Amino acid sequence: MADTVGTEGIKVIKAPRFRQLKKGETRKHIINVLVRNELGVLARIATLIAGKGYNIEGLSVGETHEKGVSRMTIEVIGDDIVIDQVVKQLRKLIDTLKVRDLTDIPHVERELVLVKVHTPTSRARDEILRIVEIFRGKVVDVSQETYTIEITGDEEKINAFVELLKPFGIKELARTGKIAMRREMFIEENVQE
Amino acid sequence: MSRKGADIVIETLKEEGVEVIFGLPGGAIMEVYDALYRDGSILHVLARHEQGAGHMAEGYAKVTGKVGVAMTTSGPGATNIVTPIADAYMDSVPLVVITGQVPTHLIGNDAFQEVDIVGITRPVTKHNFLVRAIEELPLLIREAFYIAGTGRPGPVLVDIPKDITQQLSEVGIPSEDKVKAALPGYKPHVEGNIQQIKKAAKLIMEAKKPVLYVGGGAVNSEAQEELIQLAEMMRIPVTTTTQGKGAFPENHPLALRMLGMHGTYYANMAVYNADLLIAVGARFDDRVTGKIEEFAPDAKIIHIDIDPASISKNITVDVPIVGDVKIVLGKLINELKRKGAKILHPEDRQKWIEQIEKWKKMYPLTYKNSKEVIKPQYVIEQIYEATGGDAIITVGVGQHQMWAAMYYKYSFPRQFLNSGGLGTMGFGLPAAIGAKIGRPDKEVFCIDGDGSFIMTMQEIVTAVQYKIPVKVAIVNNAYLGMVRQWQELFYDSRYSEVDLSLQPDFVKLAESMGAVGFRAEKPKEVREILEEAMKIDDKPVIMDFVVDREENVLPMVPAGKSYREMILEDGKKADAETMYLVG
Repeated sequence: MADTVGTEGIKVIKAPRFRQLKKGETRKHIINVLVRNELGVLARIATLIAGKGYNIEGLSVGETHEKGVSRMTIEVIGDDIVIDQVVKQLRKLIDTLKVRDLTDIPHVERELVLVKVHTPTSRARDEILRIVEIFRGKVVDVSQETYTIEITGDEEKINAFVELLKPFGIKELARTGKIAMRREMFIEENVQE
Repeated sequence: MSRKGADIVIETLKEEGVEVIFGLPGGAIMEVYDALYRDGSILHVLARHEQGAGHMAEGYAKVTGKVGVAMTTSGPGATNIVTPIADAYMDSVPLVVITGQVPTHLIGNDAFQEVDIVGITRPVTKHNFLVRAIEELPLLIREAFYIAGTGRPGPVLVDIPKDITQQLSEVGIPSEDKVKAALPGYKPHVEGNIQQIKKAAKLIMEAKKPVLYVGGGAVNSEAQEELIQLAEMMRIPVTTTTQGKGAFPENHPLALRMLGMHGTYYANMAVYNADLLIAVGARFDDRVTGKIEEFAPDAKIIHIDIDPASISKNITVDVPIVGDVKIVLGKLINELKRKGAKILHPEDRQKWIEQIEKWKKMYPLTYKNSKEVIKPQYVIEQIYEATGGDAIITVGVGQHQMWAAMYYKYSFPRQFLNSGGLGTMGFGLPAAIGAKIGRPDKEVFCIDGDGSFIMTMQEIVTAVQYKIPVKVAIVNNAYLGMVRQWQELFYDSRYSEVDLSLQPDFVKLAESMGAVGFRAEKPKEVREILEEAMKIDDKPVIMDFVVDREENVLPMVPAGKSYREMILEDGKKADAETMYLVG
């Protein structure tokens, strides 16, 4: 290869090496963002993600134990490379303190769901109560025709629970969106902040 | 001492060392203008349109390296300056824009001249603030300057409601430490990872066909000495982007000049055939790379940039180094020296340099001159000669911008000001005014197109008012020339809405505004007019160069195409015959 350096008149066109960015599969990412609770910070983050053409699937925000610091958990479906860009650009925002894509890091996630379900018969009521018990949910409001149930858990558990209630007829459903936290490890892995 | 919010604004600006503000007053910002008047120590340049004020501040910032300051009122004043803000964001220009806002109690009420400028500019600023209390006013302004001027520079907007400028407060001006402490989430990474730098040094020593690809980051970090040292020590040819022009002198034997869509044949061939590309403060813009899959297809890539989000954005790189260009290059040079700065394949390197020399001779930048009509390229060459290559050049956007990039050779940083990222027509004249204020010792030429010039020509009045002797050379082909060129090449010459032959008499226009006007219609008149214009030092000069209407900018790589499909001067394509490839 080296021998041909400087030789003119070589008429062979070498097929160009294809340097396409390897796009990963589109999948759901869960991103944790620690922010200063400043005016417009939510809008800044939403604008940035929307600017990449991605929709925010889930979002939860709340203050942490530190005053003026909030934690956001953002769920977004996207390509690995583009999400990597989003994470880098989130880090660039002046009001973000820490940004981490938790998707491939061991983490715990929870979501709180309130679901109002029809209870047409007493048999249905019994059945629903059994399901609630199995899933460690809680009935928080009762009317003559409905139960309102509170349940927490990860996505799989909640989806399974909702599926089981569907035959009874769901009247209303509200989800908080996920909150997530990295699992503490004995050996600190090398994670770029 | 208790004083008004407006006085605190002026006090803070003085603390930041601001010597000039470009702006235009209105209802919501009147208190600050009153404080400016009473203080009397900061020069204010009254633009005739807020867009002009914004580009002037950019021109000033680009030539001085300082943060440029612009000030406008609320509503339309604020929206008019959005274009310069977006322009500064794309080209990393440090800018602080202060806008007046309606009083706090009216915000959200659709008040007169109310607009949510913080919301509008969120995606085009590095950061922005709405001031909510007088106590935070001096801190936020200082934060704005700190954010704008450090890291990857960019525009920061501070929106101040009128009532806050009227309230009284004893709040002091915070120290720089307090400013930094107030920004825990903002820590630009400047040092560069030493392990990565060692990897880069190894690649540079091993490379047979290296090329340095230099962008605006090298200018912003004042890295010209390090660049020259690195290039000469390791014998690496250097190509620069429009923003990087002057970071490496274009008359240097190792200079390849500009690359990309309208890059030189030899720069593009060098990049296409390189086995190592060292990107320095550049961002692999689509106008540079063309078809991304065929950009430097055989090269390993080292990318030095202060912005981690620029790395592996458009192209995956082998050795990313996040840091300030000047600092990283300094460390890289030390590392190379420590290893003896050895070129491991000196014969290959020699052949590489020789090959590039052959390319330079094969297809130099050239055009067919004429004795009858003025060729636009000829105008630029004459400006180069008349100014001894020492003028600061600003341009609009279009054909003239590319000719000015090709036929004027830039030898020092901050010499060529252009809107490279956003591509803002009308940038040239106001940028020239700002540049002349920043560098009164330099001759400042605005090389403009007739289309671009008309977009901000009202600022001639500003230049007359402040006796700013900028020279405007209109390369007048009475077309939106670049669009016409694309229509000729890619739309079978269907010239849709590009004819500007109904235009003002630019000489009379200049005179009506109190400037001097000249016109040249024959090649021999070009130099005469330039010499005349350069004698005038107390007012702007508008020179109307009536040029060949359908001259094209060549060479050209069509948008999204590979360098292999470059169209050359004589209409030929850079095909296999002229390529140099290594098996």
